[in-house]
Amino acid sequence: MAVALILVLVAVGSVVFHLVSPWWWTPIASNWRYIDNTIIITFWITGAVFVAVILFMAYCVYRFRHQAGRQAHYEPENKRLEWWLTIVTGVGVAAMLAPGLFVWQQFITVPDDATDIEVFGQQWQWSFRLPGPDGQLATSDTRLISPDNPLGLNRDDPKSHDDVVIEGGELHLPVNRPIKALLRSPDVLHNFYVPEMRAKMDLVPGQISYIWFTPTRTGTFEILCAELCGVGHPQMRGKVIVQEESEYQAWLQEKVATSFARLTPDTRNGAVVPD
Amino acid sequence: MVDVPLGSAGVVAAPDVEDVELYHPHSWVTKYVFSQDAKVIAIQYSFVALSVGLIALVLSWLMRLQLGFPGVFSFIDANAYYQFITMHGMMMVVYVLTALFLGGFGNYLIPLMVGARDMVFPYVNMLSFWVYFLAVLILVASFFIPGGPTGAGWTLYPPQAITTGTPGGQDWGIILMLMSLMVFIIGFTMGGLNYVVTVLQARARGMTLMRMPLTVWGIFTASFMALLAFPALFVGAVMMLFDRVLGTSFFMPAMVEMGQPLDRNGGSPLLFQHLFWFFGHPEVYIVALPAFGIVSDLISTHARRNIFGYRMMVWALLAIGALSFIVWAHHMYVSGMNPYFGFFFATTTLIIAVPTAIKVYNWILTLWRGDIHLNVPMLFALAFIVTFVNGGLTGLFLGNVVVDVPLSDTMFVVAHFHMVMGVAPILVIFGAIYHWYPKVTGRMLNDALGKLHFWVTFLGAYAIFFPMHYLGLMGIPRRYHDIADMAFVPPSAHTLNAFITIVALIVGAAQLAFVFNLFWSLRHGRNSGGNPWRATTLEWQTPETPPPHGNWGNDLPVVYRWAYDYSVPGADQDFLPQNQPGPSRAAPGAGHG
Ligand code: HEM
Ligand SMILES: [Cu+2]
Ligand SMILES: [Cu+2]
Repeated sequence: MAVALILVLVAVGSVVFHLVSPWWWTPIASNWRYIDNTIIITFWITGAVFVAVILFMAYCVYRFRHQAGRQAHYEPENKRLEWWLTIVTGVGVAAMLAPGLFVWQQFITVPDDATDIEVFGQQWQWSFRLPGPDGQLATSDTRLISPDNPLGLNRDDPKSHDDVVIEGGELHLPVNRPIKALLRSPDVLHNFYVPEMRAKMDLVPGQISYIWFTPTRTGTFEILCAELCGVGHPQMRGKVIVQEESEYQAWLQEKVATSFARLTPDTRNGAVVPD
Repeated sequence: MVDVPLGSAGVVAAPDVEDVELYHPHSWVTKYVFSQDAKVIAIQYSFVALSVGLIALVLSWLMRLQLGFPGVFSFIDANAYYQFITMHGMMMVVYVLTALFLGGFGNYLIPLMVGARDMVFPYVNMLSFWVYFLAVLILVASFFIPGGPTGAGWTLYPPQAITTGTPGGQDWGIILMLMSLMVFIIGFTMGGLNYVVTVLQARARGMTLMRMPLTVWGIFTASFMALLAFPALFVGAVMMLFDRVLGTSFFMPAMVEMGQPLDRNGGSPLLFQHLFWFFGHPEVYIVALPAFGIVSDLISTHARRNIFGYRMMVWALLAIGALSFIVWAHHMYVSGMNPYFGFFFATTTLIIAVPTAIKVYNWILTLWRGDIHLNVPMLFALAFIVTFVNGGLTGLFLGNVVVDVPLSDTMFVVAHFHMVMGVAPILVIFGAIYHWYPKVTGRMLNDALGKLHFWVTFLGAYAIFFPMHYLGLMGIPRRYHDIADMAFVPPSAHTLNAFITIVALIVGAAQLAFVFNLFWSLRHGRNSGGNPWRATTLEWQTPETPPPHGNWGNDLPVVYRWAYDYSVPGADQDFLPQNQPGPSRAAPGAGHG
């Protein structure tokens, strides 16, 4: 009796917690509202199944608890029922998978007009590289990394001359413009994660991974490293600052200017712009 | 309703193999220490695994103290925190759950349940335990070496695992971890071969495969899977050891370490992840399938009702076992692997939900129209269903590739896997211990203490891990020693963290009641007799309790019916032991042997 009641409380309590808890996702700041929607669909389907299963169990525990004279029903199988349940489950699973795969297709298909930027994670800070006026990033190689060239740019590549490097700082992005972030690490695995963007992808040394998104509102958002990368892992933070196009351009012009100035032979730090 | 065909009752094939002469110990040492009796080995395995479990539990307290009250305990710095999570995770998954289910329950139950005198290779079985024990010693030794244990996370991802930024990366920690795993796998292989071959070769006359209790099916399938999955981890460990010690580059691309270029080139960090998860995902089911099997038997016995849909249950076990080898990369959706893999692995992962759901339905349909005795083992079985369903459903979030993107590597994942492969299997282990303790010792565990232990553990564990999902949904990453000054985290989240920590301490303390019960009941428990639960399976039908060496006295049992003849209409008691002659109304094995 008490057991059945507690089971009911667990089911109902979980639903109530879900509805009233103050802990919920951060307000979204990117185009991935689809992901949020898929999560909501999944919450509904799984929540209904959870409540149904637990309540049915509670009912059984109450209704069929041991009492003098009770005898269990002997019924090894019930093929019809078993097949029905299998089919219904299959349909429910498909109802979650289909939208999921559909959105995944979008998630990995980068729009043609996306701007390439580079996110460079190393133990334990974030750096960034933006294409200058030519709109293109130069090639790079981990083996070229040196104090003068912290991101390992290929200086022989003409595209490298206008690349804007921001070491250990803030990433500025224009609002409503699709961004393709190329992710690169020179040392261990890291993960570029901005909760508000719903975006997350590992940086893997030895290869370049990518992720794309369109920031949809201005503001400052936290970048976290979400792949264990050593003792400094929780301190590996950064900021994305999403700005109106005009503000962004102003900021970029300034960076490009200092970046060019830095490239003159007498500078020690190459294209590095300390933030 | 389709009725199951009637069995060829009473007709039992002649034995293929004559009864074997057993090894007989001659001294106390060969009887209790270097024992070749599976039952003694089972107890040795269980004792060591539970002890490791206590260490892992204490580690979880320390981690929770840091998360709930950051900075208060200054000795838990980032270094220590990462060492704790790594050791806690690895210990719990491999050295506690795997060892306990296969080495502990497998050894005790397989020979008894299939009606054999012992495992088929008793000497190798003995070695298996001692090699496991050696692995544990190596692992625990890493707490006492310079630099301490590895803090690479239980996934041990390179390059991080073997570089200086990680605790133990350039010290002995990672070396001992890899060696310990290799030794463990060697030991497991000896045991695993035994479990599989014993089930296939040493069953009593009449014990067709489709008459075996689901416990045996679960442990058998899991052992088989482990024999296929562990080698992937083994080669991964060997390669990483070479990278660490000999300077090879299996997993090491051209890279810098703290600003200095390393002399490595061309290796692939993703290769390790594939090897790890090719082991790691089946590992989840290596822990889950024995739990599935055991819980089926607990439910059936204590609800006095045949397990519902036995054949479907067996096929579902096998389907899950097979499918679990083609879903591993769902742990790697955001790893930077080719994103098109996502389509395949999301599909296989969600397909596996179907046989898993069938198992859940059949458990609750076994309760339906049953005669439910709410004994302690049954309570644990019910709690298992709650936590397993909860954790299984959140698996549908994480398996569905795009939904995984925001949730991966957050506390949502921690909550999910604790629910489904931490709490759920542990609840089964507790239920199983309350259930089989009388067979092992001849005495019952104390009921009042058992109920106390149950309620605190079940409700406490649920209160720890259910709210934790929402912290992950908010975006709090896992493996964060400190979540201070995250702009998006409201103060209420810190309050929740403190609450979770307090509950975790209470749940931990409740385990002491359990440990006390284990020892106290050894002397003071009520005498149980041979078959206190009035169960059908063979282990309850031994001539003596606890069963002596050789289990069965002079004559091996002969099996006439399946394991679930509970409440058969017209029978004079509500259970018919498997070795009781006479017609079996249902013998699902008839057409399927
Ligand atoms: C009440 C009992 C337990 C508590 C309070 C607990 C607590 C924790 C905590 C706080 C973490 C670290 C989370 C993070 O910062 O990422 C963790 C990690 C982990 N736990 Fe538990 N745990 C418990 C039981 C278990 C059990 C039974 C298992 C068995 C499967 C388990 C397996 C793991 C694993 C695999 C990790 C991941 C380690 C890693 O990130 O490398 N835990 N646990
Ligand atoms: Cu990092
Ligand atoms: Cu998995």
